[in-house]
Amino acid sequence: MEYLHIGLAALGAGLAVIGAAIGVGKIGGSAMDAIARQPEASGKIQTAMIIAAALVEGVALFGVVAALLGVLTVPA
Amino acid sequence: MIAQKSLKIIVTFALALLPVFSFASKEDSLVEAEKEFNATDMILHHIGDAHGWHFYGEGENSFTLPLPVILYTDNGLVTFMSSEFHHDTEGHHVVEKNGMSFVNLHEKIYQLEEGAHEVEFDKEHHPLNAERPIDLSITKNVAAMFITVIIMLIIFSRLASFHKKNKHAPKGFNNLLETFVLFVRDEIAKPQIGEKKYMKFMPFLLTVFFFIWITNLIGLLPGAANVTGNIAVTVSLGLFTLVLIVINGNKDFWKHTLWMPGIPTFVKPILTIVEVVGLIVKPVALMIRLFANITAGHIIILSLIGLIFILESAGVAGISVPFALFISVLELLVAFLQAFIFTMLSALFIGMAVQEHEHH
Repeated sequence: MEYLHIGLAALGAGLAVIGAAIGVGKIGGSAMDAIARQPEASGKIQTAMIIAAALVEGVALFGVVAALLGVLTVPA
Repeated sequence: MIAQKSLKIIVTFALALLPVFSFASKEDSLVEAEKEFNATDMILHHIGDAHGWHFYGEGENSFTLPLPVILYTDNGLVTFMSSEFHHDTEGHHVVEKNGMSFVNLHEKIYQLEEGAHEVEFDKEHHPLNAERPIDLSITKNVAAMFITVIIMLIIFSRLASFHKKNKHAPKGFNNLLETFVLFVRDEIAKPQIGEKKYMKFMPFLLTVFFFIWITNLIGLLPGAANVTGNIAVTVSLGLFTLVLIVINGNKDFWKHTLWMPGIPTFVKPILTIVEVVGLIVKPVALMIRLFANITAGHIIILSLIGLIFILESAGVAGISVPFALFISVLELLVAFLQAFIFTMLSALFIGMAVQEHEHH
């Protein structure tokens, strides 16, 4: 029972990662559709995709940081 | 007969599979006291700050570069080299200077109270009779930042002096550097801040971009310091952006933040609170994004290599090292991407602050 907080923190981080994976997957998918429609604009689409992916990953990492806080700052 | 090339491939694979049959032996006469391998401690030691630059080895016979410890205590400035602690980070070894006693507890320096000769701990292993003085030491991260600063000064002064002397396009490394400088100007500064005002913020954007990128890259080398993975460093970077936003916000920006026009009056105070919180949260998000990305990357690489020691088999290296290689290549991309995202979002926030609104 004393390690419950570690397990819950890891679970929370995993949930955050699920959200990130779905988000980035959707971004990638729309980028692919857009490039298929208009191959000339692929440079701009790629840049926008990378930026959006980095922002979504940033949010997922907030979740990871919250999980780390849950593990490391447990009062005895 | 098997062809020459296929034979080479088969022999290489056969040799590469040999480590799978090896196992680390515990009864090794070369090692005196085999401590249980603690992965958490190893990882935290590698991503944390330290008062000496540790390369390899453990405890007394480790190869560590000592760095200066500079403390501002009630009795003035105290300086000494971190080698005086003799590799002790558990608070045992006491260093006496000017009648004051100092210990190193988990890479934090504590000053013992008057008359105390050793640290007393409470239940949670916090010191009871010691306090931290103002610590201005050159720690590992500070030294690494100085290295980045020296690199940046060298490469940019070379580029600037080239342009002072010549009118034609530069070649070689100068050309590469100029590509990135123009990238920051044309893809980040001009679109986000606008043609009229971008020049004023170019020095800040260029400095932040190259500082973060170079520091991230250096942090990937073995034995290097984890600078941008230190929350204090990213807090400072986020603070710079916040200060720039607040100083350069024009009247329209503040009017829209604090007392948004075009909204019924009873909603305005709520919106003010939301906007002010948003103003602070945006640089905080920048800071956490950079910190978490870089630290997470380092932890993954360290965990993969640490797996070899947790499972105590050299054969695991056949899986760990290629994975760690793959993650390291990804980290190269992340190093650039995080620098780019930080700079772009800073430019975006500054652009929003200095934007001229057309009046309805």
